[in-house]
Amino acid sequence: MTLNNIIQSVIFLAALLLLVKPLGIYMARIYEGKPVGLNVWLSPVEKLIYRFSAVNSQISMTWKTYAFAVMLFNIIGLIVVYALQRLQAHLVLNPMSIPAVPPDLAFNTAVSFATNTNWQSYGGETTLSYLTQMLGLTVQNFVSAATGMAILVALIRGFVQKQIDTIGNFWVDLVRSTLYILMPLAIILSLVLVSQGVVQTFKPSVKVSLLQPTKDAEGKIVSEQILAVGPAASQIAIKQLGTNGGGFFNVNSAHPFENPTPLSNFMEVLAILLISAALCYTFGLMVSDTRQGWAILAAMLIIFIPCLYCCIYFEQKSNPLLAHLGVDQNVTAFQSGGNMEGKEVRFGIVNSAIWATATTAASNGSVNSMHDSFMPLSGMIPMWLMQLGEVIFGGVGSGFYGMIAFVIIAVFISGLMIGRTPEYLGKKIESYEMKMASLVILIPPILVLAGTAVSVVLPQAKAAIFNPGPHGFSEVLYAFSSTGNNNGSAFAGLSTNNLFYNIALGLAMFFARYWLAIPMLAIAGSLSKKKIVPSSHGTLPTHTPLFILFLVMIILIVGALTFFPALALGPIVEHLMMTGGLR
Amino acid sequence: MFKELKTAILTFLILTVITGILYPLFITGVSQVFFHSKADGSLIYRNGKPVGSSFIGQSFDDSKYFWPRPSATSPVAFNAASSSGSNLGPSNPTLAETIKNRVKAYKAADPNNTNPVPIDLVTSSASGLDPHISLAGAYYQLPRIARLRNLSQNTVKEIIVRHTNKRFLSVLGEPVVNVLELNLALDEYKK
Repeated sequence: MTLNNIIQSVIFLAALLLLVKPLGIYMARIYEGKPVGLNVWLSPVEKLIYRFSAVNSQISMTWKTYAFAVMLFNIIGLIVVYALQRLQAHLVLNPMSIPAVPPDLAFNTAVSFATNTNWQSYGGETTLSYLTQMLGLTVQNFVSAATGMAILVALIRGFVQKQIDTIGNFWVDLVRSTLYILMPLAIILSLVLVSQGVVQTFKPSVKVSLLQPTKDAEGKIVSEQILAVGPAASQIAIKQLGTNGGGFFNVNSAHPFENPTPLSNFMEVLAILLISAALCYTFGLMVSDTRQGWAILAAMLIIFIPCLYCCIYFEQKSNPLLAHLGVDQNVTAFQSGGNMEGKEVRFGIVNSAIWATATTAASNGSVNSMHDSFMPLSGMIPMWLMQLGEVIFGGVGSGFYGMIAFVIIAVFISGLMIGRTPEYLGKKIESYEMKMASLVILIPPILVLAGTAVSVVLPQAKAAIFNPGPHGFSEVLYAFSSTGNNNGSAFAGLSTNNLFYNIALGLAMFFARYWLAIPMLAIAGSLSKKKIVPSSHGTLPTHTPLFILFLVMIILIVGALTFFPALALGPIVEHLMMTGGLR
Repeated sequence: MFKELKTAILTFLILTVITGILYPLFITGVSQVFFHSKADGSLIYRNGKPVGSSFIGQSFDDSKYFWPRPSATSPVAFNAASSSGSNLGPSNPTLAETIKNRVKAYKAADPNNTNPVPIDLVTSSASGLDPHISLAGAYYQLPRIARLRNLSQNTVKEIIVRHTNKRFLSVLGEPVVNVLELNLALDEYKK
């Protein structure tokens, strides 16, 4: 690890932590209905939306009504994205005349975007029209993120309210998240990105003549290059902020038109973690004890930071299989060295590794390097961060409510250990909450492991594997870890654009999202009905270093024990084979 | 039930108009006014014709040009209409084999150069469109370019330095050389 590696990663962490408090305060004010500076412009728009869609913003919903509204809204989104893809050939804004998307791929992409996963079986520039990208994907980037944030806010109300049957109004939480939080941030980020060279145009692809004509695979002379462009910046900004991650182009943020400079890269990778990190502070403010928010942020960082440096370390090390080929893999002032296969020179090792860790800690899933080409152990870090359940920052809203499920488990176990009724923030944690929290924690591993097991047995699923040996197994495990936790990044060698994977991964994404969201809303409803127990000598404080470490241990034990056998068959054995431990 | 459905549809509709139409149109409008050439792809023009983009690499295998990083796009390298990486895993024997052949090509083009080849020159980029090579990659190719173009090494070095991007604020990213701009400058260089 070089000095520059450390400086760049520290700047990234420092910038993130500096923004947690201001943005956290801003978001808390939004959700508590207090005025913020943007009210002058946005209040009239908000009221207009409620009048147009006949929403009574004063009505608070029971958790069942809230969950019903969430599902209804998400299913409409799913149908619309599906329909747009099927019909795009007949619609406007399709300058490259891209044909209709096949049904299985359209299903996969629709689920992918409605669930905030943004798994890419589609190819971006080759599969989707500008209209589909805007009306389908960009809209879902906003509203699927806002859905996650809304569910979190409902859950927080469950902790704050006393003996109330309702948990808030989904439409209000949805609209306010979109309008006051996501939209202003997306506008700022889009414009910064365009200033760096990210494209934003409705013109069709550009033809340029090559300086030196070249030959294609069949030996035909090619003297022109076709540059795919489009309204990319507006979508990339929100795909990063909303932890969506679905690229405008096939290679996502590795594409120079999505991420042209070190500054654009810095802004994009910051945007990945920004809202999820700041929500910790929002939570603390809303429950009137900011220490609780810092405690959870600390637990996230305790897992995130070592993962970050492991990833940088193993990527910076040279690939032993290339040692005798006459190549220079050392880091110098003139090159970043390390494992450069599947990376961009302008990002080098450190920015690729920071991105890989951030995008999988959060459930973003955008990439600026090809994770399939990572060294075994540095490729294992992103995979494992997803397997932990996308709670280390996680998706906007969804990451934090997933973390609360772990907190509930931690409080319950520690309660058993010291023989007291478990409580969190004054609310008694009883068997109903425990059952729901257990569902939230158990469903993703079941999806991941069962999906992987089936796929390594079925011949048509095995045929999709690209790399030989244990790395091929890692590709499948990664695919289900990603979709079973709504991340969306891939070991992209696996050819998933076929009937089996489009359906299997589509279902994994669907269940991973809604089968967790609904139990969390049930917890919100149940907590909201309880009274608040004043803290006493016997209350376990949940902001102390002891509890933070206990929480970290619970996450690690669940994550590590569930997935260690599978990881041993993939990245770990590959590492041992490559370094000579196993031959 | 019916009322909830109506609310859901109408809310979806109006949020679609705001986030899917007004927002991208607004960003496009502002971008086209303030960052016109960047929003359109940072095209490089020669004699009024576009010859490439500052951000998209092109394929070069003529020894008189600087070579870019290998590209894994199909059916032709640097296909900017269909970006793609190689996705070769680190332990895949094909990766080592491919790299071996690329090293051979560099050695064949410049047999006198006995230095090891910088890793970025022989590994394919993530996008398949990487416009840059590392400084090491540029200096490695310098003696070959100077010899084949009958230029002094100092002249070529000056051209490289002119087309080098340093780290942002000397900290962020990696220093890089833009291959297309470098090769355009070489062609336009008058002794």
